[in-house]
Amino acid sequence: MARVVVDVMLKSEILDPQGEAVLGALPRLGVNDVSSVRIGKRVEIEFDENAQNVEEQSRVIADQLLANPVIENFSVTVERSPIEGA
Amino acid sequence: MSARVGVVTFPGSLDDRDAARAVRLAGGEPVGLWHDDAALGQVDAVFLPGGFSYGDALRCGAIARFSQVMDTVKAAAAQGMPVLGVCNGFQVLCESHLLPGALVRNAHLRYRNRPARLRVETSRTAWTRLYEPGAEVVFPAKHGEGRYVADEAVLDRLEEEGRVVFRYLDNPNGSMRDIAGVTNEAGNVVGLMPHPEHAVDELTGPSNDGLGIVASVLAHLTGAADTSGVSR
Repeated sequence: MARVVVDVMLKSEILDPQGEAVLGALPRLGVNDVSSVRIGKRVEIEFDENAQNVEEQSRVIADQLLANPVIENFSVTVERSPIEGA
Repeated sequence: MSARVGVVTFPGSLDDRDAARAVRLAGGEPVGLWHDDAALGQVDAVFLPGGFSYGDALRCGAIARFSQVMDTVKAAAAQGMPVLGVCNGFQVLCESHLLPGALVRNAHLRYRNRPARLRVETSRTAWTRLYEPGAEVVFPAKHGEGRYVADEAVLDRLEEEGRVVFRYLDNPNGSMRDIAGVTNEAGNVVGLMPHPEHAVDELTGPSNDGLGIVASVLAHLTGAADTSGVSR
């Protein structure tokens, strides 16, 4: 079974108001040496046992649905299950 | 016979009834369409209303893009059928790549719910042809994800080609270049965040400026505005 992690991040030129809000709260935690916070999404996908072309399919899923290429970038990481790797 | 304007209901649509009412008040015949309809029936135009289709899961409009009805709407839009998306409908049009750009979280992170003053920048669309270019209108705005963004090259092209249809006079969400609504190259597909369908009578809305949207498309469909409507 393959497990795939897709990370989706707003492009650097797109303002991330959520990240800005978190950045603004940090001094209240006593943290004053952070210059930027950006917030994204992590999506975990589990494929069926016999799934083929897992990475290719994951790229399609990420590009067509999970990320909006107008505003977001994504990265795909395929993790093999421990049993398969043993 | 009055023109038939299809109003799509997705799971989570909220403004479909007001959209249908606006169509009726402006002299058109509203036709209800369902998200999994595979055919548009005999409609002459399509109105994608506001709301929270599919609970805004993932991104606003991202799931609605894959609905059955959107396949048909995309095909019809490519053939020139007028399509209007308001609020969530605008988000659906952007996610479906029928319009450029994207709508993201308001810069101040707050939901904005108040009348918005807009300038109609062009009458060269199916949905604005009865407005005087430069006319000011007031439509209610109510959204949390209404900040229009696109890369600079796309924005420049929209400006050059006269495809910015509405601009905020008091930008409520941080939209780039104060853009409230845009159109496609052909001018038949228009999306905007504020709600013309909530501005169709003085009793329930801040103005009746929104009647011109449906009136424009009715004129477009009959060709009447070619001789009478657009004053320059």
